[in-house]
Amino acid sequence: MKNQKIFILSGLLPALLLVLAFTYYPFLKGIIMAFQDYKLFDLRHIRFVGFDNFKDAFHDPKFFTALKNSGYWVFFSLIFQFLFGLALALLLKKPFRGRGIFQGFAFYSWALSGFLIGMIWKWMFNSQIGVINDLLLRIGIIHERIGFLSNPKWAMTSVIIANVWYGIAFFAIMLLAALQSVPSELYEAADMDGATGVRKLWNVTLPYILPTIIATTLLRAIWIFNDPTIIYGLTNGGPAGSTHILSSLMLDKIIYAGDYGAASAIGVIMIVLLLLYTIFFLTVTKAEKVGDF
Amino acid sequence: MKLRIGTALKVVFLALYLLVMVFPLYWIVITSLKPQKDIFSFPLRYWPEKFTMDNYINIFKISKFHIYIGNSLIVAIAAAFIVLVIAVLSAYVLARFKFRGHGQVMLAFFLTQMLPGFIALAPLYLMMSHMDMLNTRFSLVLMYTVGLIPFSTIMLRGFFQRIPSSLEEAAMIDGCSRWSALLRVIIPVMLPGIASTFIFAFVQNWNELFLAVMFIDNDSLKTLPVAMNSFILKFDVDWGAMSAGAVLSIIPTIFIFAVAQRFIVEGLTQGAEKG
Repeated sequence: MKNQKIFILSGLLPALLLVLAFTYYPFLKGIIMAFQDYKLFDLRHIRFVGFDNFKDAFHDPKFFTALKNSGYWVFFSLIFQFLFGLALALLLKKPFRGRGIFQGFAFYSWALSGFLIGMIWKWMFNSQIGVINDLLLRIGIIHERIGFLSNPKWAMTSVIIANVWYGIAFFAIMLLAALQSVPSELYEAADMDGATGVRKLWNVTLPYILPTIIATTLLRAIWIFNDPTIIYGLTNGGPAGSTHILSSLMLDKIIYAGDYGAASAIGVIMIVLLLLYTIFFLTVTKAEKVGDF
Repeated sequence: MKLRIGTALKVVFLALYLLVMVFPLYWIVITSLKPQKDIFSFPLRYWPEKFTMDNYINIFKISKFHIYIGNSLIVAIAAAFIVLVIAVLSAYVLARFKFRGHGQVMLAFFLTQMLPGFIALAPLYLMMSHMDMLNTRFSLVLMYTVGLIPFSTIMLRGFFQRIPSSLEEAAMIDGCSRWSALLRVIIPVMLPGIASTFIFAFVQNWNELFLAVMFIDNDSLKTLPVAMNSFILKFDVDWGAMSAGAVLSIIPTIFIFAVAQRFIVEGLTQGAEKG
């Protein structure tokens, strides 16, 4: 019994200590920074300023653009990643010749870095020599070049397209696994009742994989909300701040301005939004346990 | 007839999807193999007049690209290896024992996946600076290890739960201690899960950018993503060199992904399913 206690302790200790020291401690420190005047180039004059960083954020038009963009970014990325991922998973459910190879090519985007994906799409979206403009012109869909990334009207749509491209694989993988766990007896029973394909999808498949759908959409939304890497690679928030989301604006404040106080204030606002979203989502879906993924 | 239309639609959808997924990769590879004048020529060439390795040679000339590749390999492999050792232990404990605080530990690991990590970026920078670890590869190995512990633990725990505990109990009745039962009996059965966790960790480390940008500004210690990042700032128009760099940084992940795709997909989904 005592041996067992020692085993549990020694097994958990390295992991726990490292995570507490290098994730939770800096995280809490970051939250404190949100209430401080904390600038990298002036570390001697750190002082508490109450809610000043938050007031500054709320007086910054860039903040509100980023807030609105975060909404678009999460909503449209999530919806399209999910729909395409689900369609793909449904089509890949039954084995066919070459499925393995197909999956290799269809899922590889998942293993690339968001930054490189941003770079590659930046090259393709280029208004002068970009291949997307070239293709659209050749097909005749457009008649003059579009400044996908330089025109604020197009820029947000363009980064979302790149993000959808990136994230479909994740949903397809997760949903495919869920689909393959649906017991075949359920389909046999539905067949006996004379159900058609669409009815089977609606009455058997979707309800069965609903827990996976809830867990993946909940967590995916949070990751999309938190991750600015693609935006950093594609537009770096430009033109004129029109493609910043909250997390990329926060990164901007850290890397370019060294203003940790301002960055952390945005971070704290993000935590509040994440909490509200999670509570809302769990209430609406009535999910009690979302598995631990 | 109805069935055939359905099948045809399926094939069309899958083919179109494949085209959309593969085209960016094709385009970056083709660009990297074009002579400089072809890259900026009108109309765009979808197949270069002649192929050249100039961009690849160039990238090693204008930068220490082989050193960046080496740095990335060292950091990514070291951190993936260390995280595996630590996470196997914690995952095993969390899978096999119920104890006071079990739920809290799981929650602590789980929450790290949901918090906006950039809040910790600045304090981490200051911590590294106090410990005099800025501009060391070790700082990145440490950070990547810590960052991956929670996810790897959750994933490996799922694998452990699929292995019946009667397996190590039998070994322990035969006189093994728990440690040697874990090492000699359980770990061999777990190899697919361990392999997929390792690959997942490697890919994450290989791709990580922001911690490396914050911690490293000594040119000979840069990892590939940091180097690519400074390319963009320095040579914004040299798309030939940049696409060559992109292709070189993609190759290892694509290679690993192609070899181990089934492992990864299986590992991720199993880890996720088994709560």
